[in-house]
Order: sequence, then C-alpha cells, then structure tokens
Amino acid sequence: MTSLTVEKPPSAETEAPTRGKNSWARRLTPFGYLSPTVVLIVVLMVVPIIMVISYSFRDNVIVQDNSVFAGFANYATVLKDPDFLAALKNTFIFITVSMVAHLLLGLGFAMMLNSPLLSGVTKAIFRVVYVLPWLFTIAVIAVIWRLLLDPSGVINYLLTTLNIVSDGVNWLGDPGSALWVVTFVNIWSGYPFFMISLLAGLQGIPGELYEAASVDGANPWQKFWNVTIPQLRPVIISMAVLDLIWTSQQFALIWMMTGGGPLNSTEMLSTFTYKLAFSEYEFSTASASAVIVLLLTMVLAFFYVRQQRER
Amino acid sequence: MAIRKASRTRLIGALTAATVALALGACGGGGSDEASDGTVTLEFAQWWAPELPAGSFDKIINEFQTANPTIKVKLLSGPYASTKQQLVTGAASKTLPDVVGLDGAWVNDFAKQGAITDLSKLMTDASYDQSQLASQIQLEGKTYMIPVVNFVYPLFVNQDLLTKAGVSKVPSTRTEFLDAAKKISASGGNVKGWALPLDTAVPNGIQNDVMSWLWASGGTMLADGKPALTTPQVKSVVDYVKSLNDAGVIADGSLTMKEQDKVEKFTTGQVGMVFDSLAHINLVKKNAPDLKFTIAPVPAEDGYTGKRGIPYASWGIGVANSSEHKAEAFKLVQFLMDQKTNGELATLANGFPGNKNAKPDFSNSDPLFEEAFKIYQEGTPANEFVGLPKSEDLMRSFDENLQLVLTGKSSVDDALSKSQDSWSSVIG
Repeated sequence: MTSLTVEKPPSAETEAPTRGKNSWARRLTPFGYLSPTVVLIVVLMVVPIIMVISYSFRDNVIVQDNSVFAGFANYATVLKDPDFLAALKNTFIFITVSMVAHLLLGLGFAMMLNSPLLSGVTKAIFRVVYVLPWLFTIAVIAVIWRLLLDPSGVINYLLTTLNIVSDGVNWLGDPGSALWVVTFVNIWSGYPFFMISLLAGLQGIPGELYEAASVDGANPWQKFWNVTIPQLRPVIISMAVLDLIWTSQQFALIWMMTGGGPLNSTEMLSTFTYKLAFSEYEFSTASASAVIVLLLTMVLAFFYVRQQRER
Repeated sequence: MAIRKASRTRLIGALTAATVALALGACGGGGSDEASDGTVTLEFAQWWAPELPAGSFDKIINEFQTANPTIKVKLLSGPYASTKQQLVTGAASKTLPDVVGLDGAWVNDFAKQGAITDLSKLMTDASYDQSQLASQIQLEGKTYMIPVVNFVYPLFVNQDLLTKAGVSKVPSTRTEFLDAAKKISASGGNVKGWALPLDTAVPNGIQNDVMSWLWASGGTMLADGKPALTTPQVKSVVDYVKSLNDAGVIADGSLTMKEQDKVEKFTTGQVGMVFDSLAHINLVKKNAPDLKFTIAPVPAEDGYTGKRGIPYASWGIGVANSSEHKAEAFKLVQFLMDQKTNGELATLANGFPGNKNAKPDFSNSDPLFEEAFKIYQEGTPANEFVGLPKSEDLMRSFDENLQLVLTGKSSVDDALSKSQDSWSSVIG
C-alpha cells in the first residue's frame, strides 16, 4: 500500500511576503552586479557627452556664469569657418590614405610572414622587425621623426650624400609636403596592427580551399583573389572601419609634429577643436565642433556595428 | 534551505557590487581639507618643481610648513603644458587648487572667469608691504598675479661662429645683426645666422623672437590697451624679419620649429645667434661644454638710444577664488615672496627675484648670470602679452600671418592689417 503524504501547503499569510521579497531580490540582483559598470559608463561617458552636447547649444559656457541658449548658432559658426573646412579636408585625406596604406602594407607583410617559402627563424626575425613601430608611443614616434626629418637631419643627409637631392628638403616646414609627411609617419606607426590581425586571419584559412583551387587549375593570383580575399573580407572590413575611426581621432602625433601648421596644412578636426577650446577658450564652438566629429565618427561606427552583426 | 542560501549569497554579492558602484560615484565628491586638529591642507599646482634641481622646491615648502605648523602644502607638480591644461579645466569647473602657479598670459582669462582671486584685498587684509614687490599683474586696478621669479630672453651669441665669420663685435643694432647673420650663414657647414621658431602649437616664438625686436627699440604693439599693429614701428619689425628671411640667414624649417629645436640648434652650433631664456644657460653648457658663447641685449633699431625693452617670462603666483583658505594661501605667497626665500628660489631657478630687495646669489653660478643681471637692470622688462586676453591665440593669429609673409603669400601690410582685425575682435 502506498501511502501518500500530502504536505500542508504553507499558509498564504506567512509565505506571500517571503516570495515577494525573494522575487524582488531576484529581479534586483542582476542590476546590483551591473551597477559598477553602469556607474562608470554614466560618469565617464554619458554625462560628459551630454554636457558637451548641451554646451554646443549655449553661448559663453564655462568661462562665464551667464551662458545663454544659442540654438544652432555655434554649429553655423563652425561650419562656416574656412579653417574647419580645411581641417575636414585634411582629416579626410589623412584617414583615407592612412587606412589604404595600412591595409596594403599590412596585407603584404602578413602574406610574407605566412609564406611557406620562408623558414621559421627568418619569419620570427621579420615579425620582430615589422612589429617594431607599433611598440613606440606616439610621443617617441613624433620626436624620432622630427629629428630624422629636420632640414639638417639624417634623411636629408642621406639624400644629399647619395645625390638624390641637391639641397635639403624642408619636409615639415613646407606647406606642400607637411600633410603627406605626417600621413607617412602615421602609416609607419600603424601598419603593424593591420599586419598582425591579417596574419591571424590568413592562418585561419583552411588549406583545403587552396588545394581545391589548385585542383581547379587556379594560378596564384586567382587563389589570392578568389580564396584569400573573400576569406579575409570580414577582418579587412572591420579593421578598415576601426582604422578610419582611430585615425580620425589622432591628435598627439599631429600636435607634436606640426601643431596643425605650416599655414594650417596639417590642421585636423582634432587639432582645430583643441585650439578652439584651450587657446581661444571658445568652449561653445569647440563643443559644436566636437559634436560634429562625434556624428561623423558615429557614421563610421554604424557601418562597423552593422558589419559585426552580419558576421 | 540551500536555494535560499544561494539566493542570499547572490544578493550579498549584488549588494557588494552596488556598494562599490556607490563608492565609485562618491569618488568625485572630494573631502574636507581641514583636519579635526585645525590643520589646513593647501593644494599648490605649479610647473616649477620639475624645472628646479631635484628636491629643492620640496625643501623650500618644508621650511614653510615648519614655520606654519597648522598649514600643510600638497604640491601638484607637472610640466608647463600639462599644468596649463589642468588649470584651464580647473578654472572652468571652479576646482582650481588653492594656490596656483601662473603665466602672465593666462591671467586675464582666469581673472575674467572669476577663477583667481583679487590679491590686492588679501594683501590689505594681511597688511602686506607691497612696495617690496618688483611688479604685480593687474586687471582693472586689482592684482591677480605676483611674479615670483622672472626670466629674461637676451641674445645668445656663439662666439666661435662669430669669429670664424670675421665679425669682431657682438651685434647691437639691427644692421649689425643682419650683417653678422649673413657672414655666419656664408661661413659654410650648413650653419645659419639666426633661428626663428614659428610652430603654431605653442606660438610663443612671436613673443620671444619677433616682438622682442619691437620692445628692444622701445616700440609697442598696443595703444591705450588696444591693438596697434599697423604702426610704422611694428611694420619695421616685420619688414626686418622678412629681410632676414630673404637674405637666407634664418635656419630652415622655421614654420614648424619649436623652442626646444631652437635651443638644440644653438647648442649643436647649427645656428650662430638666438633669443633664448637665461634659464637655458646651464642646459646649453651641460649639452655642449666646449661651446663658447656669450649673451647680449636684443639689438635695437639703428640710432636708438633709449632704454631697451628685454622680453621676460615669469613664474607667477595666484590664489584660487574657490579656495576656502585664502588667508592661509596668502601666507604661502608671502613666504615665497619673502626677501630670503625669494632670493634663494631665484638663485635655484637661474632667474631674477620678484622681490625688489632680494639678491640672487651669483657666487656659485655661471658668470653669464651676473652679466644678464646687468642687462636686466639696465633695460626694462617688456612683455606686452602679459595680461592680454587669449594671448596665445593672439600670438597664433600673428604667427599665421607672419608665415604668409615669409612664404610670399601675403604682403607685410596685408598681414599686419589682418592681424590687426583679428586682434581687434579679441581686445578691441
């Protein structure tokens, strides 16, 4: 005989508050765990961004107590400023050329380091040499290249000794060459990150794909174009978009090498905004400029996020 | 029971995390700077300590603390540029340290923001004898900065290069300078007569290397506090700088040259003459012990016989308006301006004291300092950028227009006219 023991259900009066308490605690627990991160994000990101946006719609902010609402006046001032338009153009050239060169150099070096033609030791040596520029901080890079590119520096010495040029070239002091020179230095300092990422991507491509292509009679170029590139596509797109975002925020290199000069030829959106804020003390227009930069960067970030979702 | 225990553990974990979050949020709240025993802690932000011999500024501050046991000083030391940035943001958010190191170029902006306090009142409240101060930086009759140590910018001349070029006398007039610069540039070895740093990131080359020509001849760039850049005096300076450029005597790369590049070029013998801070004498001697050089007043216009203006920069001091301990803060100011301490600080900094009665001790320093002190006393300290609003921006706009002249993209008259308009929009 089976005996069934029925436990007496807890009385509604005694259990209801405990369940309610448990239910609330359970609901709040995740928020409790999240709270340090949420507080950090709010304090370090949300509040400053909102403050800068609010400054951009006001006049005389920070430096005076009686700031007034100015609508879009600060945006109009910034957008009509020829220096801003020059900075926008320079930034576009700087980030696009840097990104394309980073990609080409990074891919070229990554393929070389992935090549079966080189021995392990040779690859290790080249890997160290190629990654060197990435190990220097921007301040060191700026100082090294300023010294090298000085009119009486090493580069001009070599060029004149080898009779490539008769007089030393004024690399950073010439408005015609300064933008290309700082872009070159940025390319030099940034390609190793592309190289390492693409090398990881190359090493993840299954060898069977190349074998199948060989069986189909594909030549090296066809293998590169139809196997390597499609396989690397997600990495290439992610890196390209991230590089555009990072390079558009490059400030220290420009500031330390040319300060935006000569004659605004290397003025970037970052240096333009900095000068408005910390030299002219025009924090309202500087905020408007910063918000415009934020919006432009968000367009790039949108493409990055969409690409990541597709993956 | 086990489930309840797990749930309790989770809750405790979450509460701990939330407490950490609250603590993080409270981090920005700050705390009281007055201890229960009545000891007051003053914060003092400056760029002086890193520029002085290691530990020497701490020693001076310790002397102050010993003399004032109820006041403690917390030094916030950093390089000039980062101190400036820290103070600009501190001024904006009304969170300046109690005592601040100031450059004359910042005073106007900070005073207008209400970030630094009126020192005249503090001096009166403390019955301070103002007659001992060599100078005070004022705005609308109120003192906002007291120069503690002054640094002059004389002409540095490489005597070896001068001799090699066949010039027997250190140039004293503009004509003599151009002649010497031409001869040095022609002496070969990629050497140039003069260096002109016009980098726009820190455009103080306009103050130290361009306007110094103007002040040396008794000229002025202001008339009744308004810009006066289209005057014959200013025009003659820009014409003269252009003539130096046209003669090819200025070191290459001047449009992006920084002050440290100028010093480096002089130290390495690539440039024969520069205007430089006296504070750099030791640096030059340390890096080039064999370099034979001397200092002289900035050359003046031919025939000028008046007192020569000599450019200077200061380590100034001010007190934050937001400080709750202004009286204690002023005690620190008083201590640094005291005849003995001020003389000691000036000696350590290789500068000239802000207290009239203090005398720098030259016994252990380079004889050139004594020579410079004579030049300083015979001339008039001149720096019209001190006290001007947005002075760095004024220098930058002048710099950009001067660059247009030197690259042949603008005439001198147009450049000065544009600079005048630009300056008028700020101080007109």
